[in-house]
Amino acid sequence: MRELPVAETIRHGVLEIEGLRVRADGGTLLDVPRLVLGGPGPTVILGPNGAGKSLLLRCLHGLIRPDRGAIRQDGVPLDAAIRQRQAMVFQRPVLLRRTVAANLDYVLRRRGLGRGDRRARIGALLAEGGLARKARQSARSLSGGEAQRLAILRALAIEPEVLFLDEPTSALDPAATQAIETLVKRASRRGMRVVMVSHDIGQARRMARDVVLMRAGRVVEHAPAAAFFAAPATLAARQFLTGTLVI
Amino acid sequence: MQDFAQEFTRALGLILSGDPGLWEIVLLSLRVSVLAVLISALIGMPVGAVLAVYRFPGRRVLIVLLNALMGLPPVVVGLAVYLALSRSGPLGGMQLLYTPTAMIVAQVLLVLPIIAALTRQVVEALDEEYAEQLRSLGVSRLASVPTLLWDGRLALLTAVLAGFGRAIAEMGAVIIVGGNINHVTRVMTTTIALETSKGNLAPALALGVILVGIAVAVTGAVSALSLRGDVEALRHA
Repeated sequence: MRELPVAETIRHGVLEIEGLRVRADGGTLLDVPRLVLGGPGPTVILGPNGAGKSLLLRCLHGLIRPDRGAIRQDGVPLDAAIRQRQAMVFQRPVLLRRTVAANLDYVLRRRGLGRGDRRARIGALLAEGGLARKARQSARSLSGGEAQRLAILRALAIEPEVLFLDEPTSALDPAATQAIETLVKRASRRGMRVVMVSHDIGQARRMARDVVLMRAGRVVEHAPAAAFFAAPATLAARQFLTGTLVI
Repeated sequence: MQDFAQEFTRALGLILSGDPGLWEIVLLSLRVSVLAVLISALIGMPVGAVLAVYRFPGRRVLIVLLNALMGLPPVVVGLAVYLALSRSGPLGGMQLLYTPTAMIVAQVLLVLPIIAALTRQVVEALDEEYAEQLRSLGVSRLASVPTLLWDGRLALLTAVLAGFGRAIAEMGAVIIVGGNINHVTRVMTTTIALETSKGNLAPALALGVILVGIAVAVTGAVSALSLRGDVEALRHA
């Protein structure tokens, strides 16, 4: 896999949450009074199943409208224009029933790129993801790892300021996981804000610059990764790291 | 039995000799049904896709109605079109009764609900899979319709072929609005009925063989497409 050139060094995509609340069936699914995701390096959101990690990610990306609260990116409230500067990769990759190259072409065409620019960009992306030889293959015939790599390349194609990843490696073997992590780390190094949901502590250790631990819809701890793993401040974090935290 | 064998041999002779009268009927049948299916697809696919993608009051009722219309009795459709196009009917001034156009109109009414209802099912299933991803890519609901139609093209082609199968094999409606006029509105199914009633079995059998051949080809194409869809689905699983 070849690395794309560094496009920019200025960091954008600082995310701020104020008084966020999502309710359903009389219960509170998400309650985050304040959270700021800024600074360099990927943020990994950890927590047990049902903690609200994916829900928080969907709120940040505007896929779910919260009952209350505000979300801002670089100080601007989340709207359609801001969402155009974000991209998201889902746990199970959703690929169009087209060739590998056509999946990338779809998003680039929507962004108004001309044919020549699209072709060059697709070539660079496929080389970056190690899928150059599969360009004309049906996307739905790719293996699980390749399909997720293509989903990430499609997200990277629009050069978003913020890249959300919802457990992108939960169904993949170690080799495929490593390939995905490499792609994500490179994107982060190029200045893209990466916010990734995971339940894999090992992955968080490898990837995170800062860690958000969630439990029952609330943020229990938000700390730099080194501090979180060396000396977790809360009992819930200590229990999560020792595998004894239950919902 | 010997008579039947003789008639069958004569029928094959008619087909193989390229009998102009016989092939005129076959070509008219194909022209009417292909046009009816094309018109139905052009209207039915967007209607089905919009029903699949948008949520509005009365949508469930429309879907139930559409599904019910899939089983419309052809003679009833024929009667309705006849009443509309007859001299005293609301569209009588257009003088379309007993023309191929009237037959196309009747077949559109039979095929349109099939294509629209099947498109709705296909697009709705695909939309469940795609909706969140397309929203994430900034694709509006309206803009997602062509994407969903294109990505469902294999299943939609199956729907079109199913509609064609219904149109080409139908007799009740076209005989009422077409009148089975020689060299004008006589198609395969109406000719088979007429010639059989006259005891003239060879042309009836010849057209029967061609009709069955078309039906088998269409069914084969539908099966091949479905199989291809299944293989792709398995690959993705």
